[in-house]
Amino acid sequence: MPKKIVANFNVEYWQVLSPDGNVDKKLMPELSPDEIKELYELMLLARTFDDKAFHLQRQGRIGTYLPVKGQEASQVGTAYALDKNDWILPSGRDIAACITRKLPIHMILLYRGGDARGAQIPEGLNIFPFTIPSSTHITHCTGVAWASKLLKQKAVVMGYFGDGASSRGDFHEGLNFAGVYKVPVVFVCENNGYAISLPREKQTAAETIAQRAFSYGFEGIQVDGNDVFAAYAAAKYAVEKARKGKGPTLIECVTYRMGDHSTADDATRYRSQEEVAQWAKRDPIETLEKYMRKNKLLDEKSKKTLFENIKAKVEEAVTVYEKIPPPQPEDMFKYTYAQMPEKLKEQMEELNFPG
Amino acid sequence: MAILNIVQAINLALKQEMKKDKTIILLGEDIGKNGGVFRVTDGLQKLYGEERVVDTPLSEIGIVGSAIGMAVNGLRPVAEIEFSGFLYSPFDQIISHAGRLRTRSRGRFSCPLVIRVPYGGGIRGLELHCESPEAILAHTPGIKVVVPSGPYDAKGLLISAIRDPDPVIFLEPLRTYRVVKEEVPEKEYTVPLGKANIVKEGTELTVISWGAMLKYTQEALSKTNYKAEIIDLRTISPVDTETIVNSVKKTGRCVIVHEAPRTCGLAAELIAQINEKALLNLEAPVERVTGFDVPYPLYKLEGYYLPDEKRILRAVEKVMKF
Repeated sequence: MPKKIVANFNVEYWQVLSPDGNVDKKLMPELSPDEIKELYELMLLARTFDDKAFHLQRQGRIGTYLPVKGQEASQVGTAYALDKNDWILPSGRDIAACITRKLPIHMILLYRGGDARGAQIPEGLNIFPFTIPSSTHITHCTGVAWASKLLKQKAVVMGYFGDGASSRGDFHEGLNFAGVYKVPVVFVCENNGYAISLPREKQTAAETIAQRAFSYGFEGIQVDGNDVFAAYAAAKYAVEKARKGKGPTLIECVTYRMGDHSTADDATRYRSQEEVAQWAKRDPIETLEKYMRKNKLLDEKSKKTLFENIKAKVEEAVTVYEKIPPPQPEDMFKYTYAQMPEKLKEQMEELNFPG
Repeated sequence: MAILNIVQAINLALKQEMKKDKTIILLGEDIGKNGGVFRVTDGLQKLYGEERVVDTPLSEIGIVGSAIGMAVNGLRPVAEIEFSGFLYSPFDQIISHAGRLRTRSRGRFSCPLVIRVPYGGGIRGLELHCESPEAILAHTPGIKVVVPSGPYDAKGLLISAIRDPDPVIFLEPLRTYRVVKEEVPEKEYTVPLGKANIVKEGTELTVISWGAMLKYTQEALSKTNYKAEIIDLRTISPVDTETIVNSVKKTGRCVIVHEAPRTCGLAAELIAQINEKALLNLEAPVERVTGFDVPYPLYKLEGYYLPDEKRILRAVEKVMKF
């Protein structure tokens, strides 16, 4: 026979929680009421922090900041599926994932405040510093997972990046290696609709980003990224699969960046208010809230208390951040090498000359 | 004559050249609808359409690699790399291909493209947004590297770069993008590549700088009474050795200021050329004031990293009192 089908794949789309707050019981992942409350708390903390960080930037108290608003479910839901020793490699917007993995929130302010100590991840937390060039950490995800496999650490790696990153070579190279060496990694592509100003449909001619996974020999799943249960369910599935040695997964979270790309951006130049308003109706936190109210996991009183606590937590982080004395100029020399070469010592001394 | 800043002058150069030469095509991230993250290409997509001002997917290798192919096959692409640190990923394309195509094909193919990159620090920018990679580029055979320091030169140099038969990396000083303003003629003119500019004549010492650092060097020198000859390099590669050597022969003393790291920075090459051609005219060892040999720091420390008035004047005193 001259022609035959030699490969076939289907891309699934997962949604557990509908925008009106009802769940598909068959798809609902196993989560206790306390765990659901924790998911909600983490998302609310990320949102509250985000709002604060935006204002701090406007007041000149931190530098350029990339808002996470709208993507809390994608990040919290996926990161929540990890165990203590697992890794995450975030990109610049993944603060909700970092908060879920217990990065002290004042450190995010410190980093965004132009202080390198904010990227000095505390011992015991397997979190890479935020990656700035969009995609360059995708290959690192593969490498960390590869080491975990070779060293029999059982740790799973979760890498976060956006729809824009999927256009860069690093994405191809990282996913291809991951497939070839069957490493325990979960790639989370947060498709938030835009890479700065470029809409997703101009980023790739493919219907989904998830389908790319199949060309590397592993599974890709598209999920409703504003549905924290779907994000969690897909991540849980992928993490368990990875831990059993069954290789990588690509999860595409379809979500929406509610804010500007960064505090230096003005999204009104390239997208309509109507589009933003449409997505606002699908807010991930409000969607979960509807579910929780229906299931008596949240009421007005408990919401108020929770919100007050979270606000206090964020304010406390701001205080901690602002009480940290400025870094010393020597700080930029100290970590260039394990042992400082003579020429760097000489250069460092130049800073101390009088006059 | 209109008073423009560097952003506006570059925009004007692109606008005028694109009108004149239909083979010019702009490629980059966010350069069309958004007008560029620094608004350098603002309004150009409206004027020339989506086919000539292209919002590409997020891929610097895609941008530069495609630009190479376009350039070989009859277009004049002007690519924009959004931030300086994102220039590292297409280095393979620049070094292995753009810089070599003429050599490899013995002149059969050439690569007349321009890659525009905002560069340098001092703007409270993010990590990898404040790089000064000019020395790495200058070390690469086959490409030209141009750095304007003001709007007049920005327009004239960019037009020359676009018309040049070889690949040109055009580094735009981010820190002074909107700070330096001057009269820029509406009419067409060019500033030649490969020619340094004597900004101010002097007899007692030669001070060489380029890009944003030129402004801060000039300000520092205004605090001294020494008669300094100030040279704006303008083209980093190929460098204008003649102007530098003639000046140093006249003054006998030289200070070079750049914000890139010191080791193998461009100052090292300039000093080598001065040593080769004017060693016996020197009254003092040449001093260099540079960034340090560390990754560009996060912004709370960038004031210590960047050459400042104190460090520039200290070097000036050192060569004058040697």
